[in-house]
Amino acid sequence: MARAVTTRRKIAYTALAWIIGLTIFFPILWTILTSFKTEAAAIADPPVFFNFDWTLENYAVVQERSDYMRYLWNSVALAVGSTVFGIIIAVPAAWSMAFVPAKRTKDILMWMLSTKMLPAVGVLYPIRLILIETGLLDSKAALIFILMMINLPIIIWMLYTYFREIPGEILEAARMDGAGLKAEILYVLTPMAIPGIASTVLLNIILAWNEAFWTLTLTTIDAAPLTAFIASYSSPEGLFYAKLSAASTMAIAPILIMGWFSQKQLVRGLTFGAVK
Amino acid sequence: MTKTLRALMGATALTAAGFGLAAQAETITIATVNNGDMIRMQRLASHFTEMHPDVTVEWVTLEENVLRQNVTTDIATGGGQYDVITIGTYEVPIWGELGWLQSLNDLGDDYNIDDLLPAVRGGLTVDGNLYASPFYGESSMVMYRTDLMEAAGLEMPEAPTWDFIRDAAAAMTDRDNEIYGICLRGKAGWGENMAFLTAMGNSFGARWFDMDWRPQFDTEAWSNTLNFYIDMMTQSGPPGASNNGFNENLALFQTGHCGMWIDATVAASFVTNPTDSQVADSVGFALAPDNGLGKRGNWLWAWSLAIPSSSDAPEAARQFIAWATGPDYAALVASEEGWANVPPGTRTSLYENQEYLDAAPFAAMTLRSMEAADPTNPTVDPVPYTGVQFVAIPEFAGLATEVGQFFSAALAGQTTAAAALEQAQELATEEMEAAGY
Repeated sequence: MARAVTTRRKIAYTALAWIIGLTIFFPILWTILTSFKTEAAAIADPPVFFNFDWTLENYAVVQERSDYMRYLWNSVALAVGSTVFGIIIAVPAAWSMAFVPAKRTKDILMWMLSTKMLPAVGVLYPIRLILIETGLLDSKAALIFILMMINLPIIIWMLYTYFREIPGEILEAARMDGAGLKAEILYVLTPMAIPGIASTVLLNIILAWNEAFWTLTLTTIDAAPLTAFIASYSSPEGLFYAKLSAASTMAIAPILIMGWFSQKQLVRGLTFGAVK
Repeated sequence: MTKTLRALMGATALTAAGFGLAAQAETITIATVNNGDMIRMQRLASHFTEMHPDVTVEWVTLEENVLRQNVTTDIATGGGQYDVITIGTYEVPIWGELGWLQSLNDLGDDYNIDDLLPAVRGGLTVDGNLYASPFYGESSMVMYRTDLMEAAGLEMPEAPTWDFIRDAAAAMTDRDNEIYGICLRGKAGWGENMAFLTAMGNSFGARWFDMDWRPQFDTEAWSNTLNFYIDMMTQSGPPGASNNGFNENLALFQTGHCGMWIDATVAASFVTNPTDSQVADSVGFALAPDNGLGKRGNWLWAWSLAIPSSSDAPEAARQFIAWATGPDYAALVASEEGWANVPPGTRTSLYENQEYLDAAPFAAMTLRSMEAADPTNPTVDPVPYTGVQFVAIPEFAGLATEVGQFFSAALAGQTTAAAALEQAQELATEEMEAAGY
């Protein structure tokens, strides 16, 4: 009897999980399907799911009109660059806050988080003027720095919570064995926190990849990433939903594939720290 | 010694020549939107670069609102990112007056400035200076299904009244078969529902401000406009109309769900294109409706090319604009993609061209609609502003978008027309006082 209940419950939970999963995934699936339709089929009423003439025409048009590889390379550079840069700063910062807390550490953590509460547009003009003055408008270097700064509070917070899970005694033991500060962080702390660091890196890459305010307002040609690529297919007067969907699919494909392959790491990391 | 001197002189000459060439090669960055005509211009730009091998063209295509925001920010901060920008008749008078745009009075003899449609030219001119050159122009008109009209036993007049439109919409509506007599914009936004309602209001004698800049939403004319619009849409409009903008209504019309649609004339080429439209062979056109007060509910808009004052390649930008908006461009598009694809609504000569008139059955109605709009005298009573479906003041975009939200909520049934007008009046009064009017 008990087993029957458990099995039934398992089936119910599995079904529920699939329903929730498919509901969340549906807009992405619809975008991908639309990208293979003609413009007329994209707005067909009632909507067509699989029974339409599949075409690669939209991809061909997008490929012909836009230099996809340039946008892709810029997105990769911005996402990876800002993440690596952020991790280099955040690991020592989180270490000091987790293992050598001072009286005001908690306040500093809260203050860092408060920078996320500022509406981005509030600092648009000062940042833009600085970039004009320094000649860095529409440059990847400037955007890597800005994206790093935006995501730094989240990286530090995540790493801080992971580091807090690691017993301080292990680090003390390393110190007693003669490890210096650098060796302690590099060879003892970092390997133990790898799952946490990995999930932080992945999450940060996703955040930087999807960032669409700064990447749209501070770029034109040279540093424009895939967000600008998608934006160029939105039309105020004209139905180009199939082409827009093709552009969107091309823009999200790399991050979707990366997320798919690293989902185990991502879930493990996210349930490892205080987020659990 | 002589040899050394010669070598030095030679090297100097070569370097100078090199610098000279480098100085000649110019890159212009063009910011534009993703509309069919603009995409075509992008495709044909190789013809321009063939004629001007010293100019390289880079394109930045953005969503309309992002484009507006980026261009405004760039000009205000002197970033110099763009050399040619795509803007509309709302921005040109404001930006021209602020000194943000370069005058385009001298685009060369071939440009033939007198060929521009007077209403469009007037909308892009400030103090005698042309600040943007029109790329394509549009008004609004009634597009209707001839088969449904016939089935309803009605005949669309060339110049219908609002009462006729309301009655015809009711007669054409067949909710069981998801056919709705009238499709109109309901999505909130100054360029969405407020463009339509401001133009419609003109034909009801409504105006945004009186001659002393006092908001007028508490007048009977506005009450008549909004109540008529909501009643007609409730009776004969599609469900969820408060979310519908141009593209949503275009999709509804093309898939056979609308009896009539009053919107931009540029839509005529879409709905009559058999590749995309299921109703292409049964579409008729009529002038925007009126109420017998001497004004029709149609607007005037021109997507135009301008040079921001911060451009660092104004000469090359000028050459590009003269090419893309000059009289020869129409012939180029016609030879490459057919006369029906020529950007409409900017030049008188296009409407005198029999080949174009044959290829575009909507051409005559487009021209009549554009001629019927008067940006300097848009409504029945005098107003202190210019603009048919907008008020050419910087405060308008923000204010009208908020007012549009009130009106959209009233259409969705979340509030009444009277309450929405009261909110609009209160907000407009507050904003205008704060702005110092």
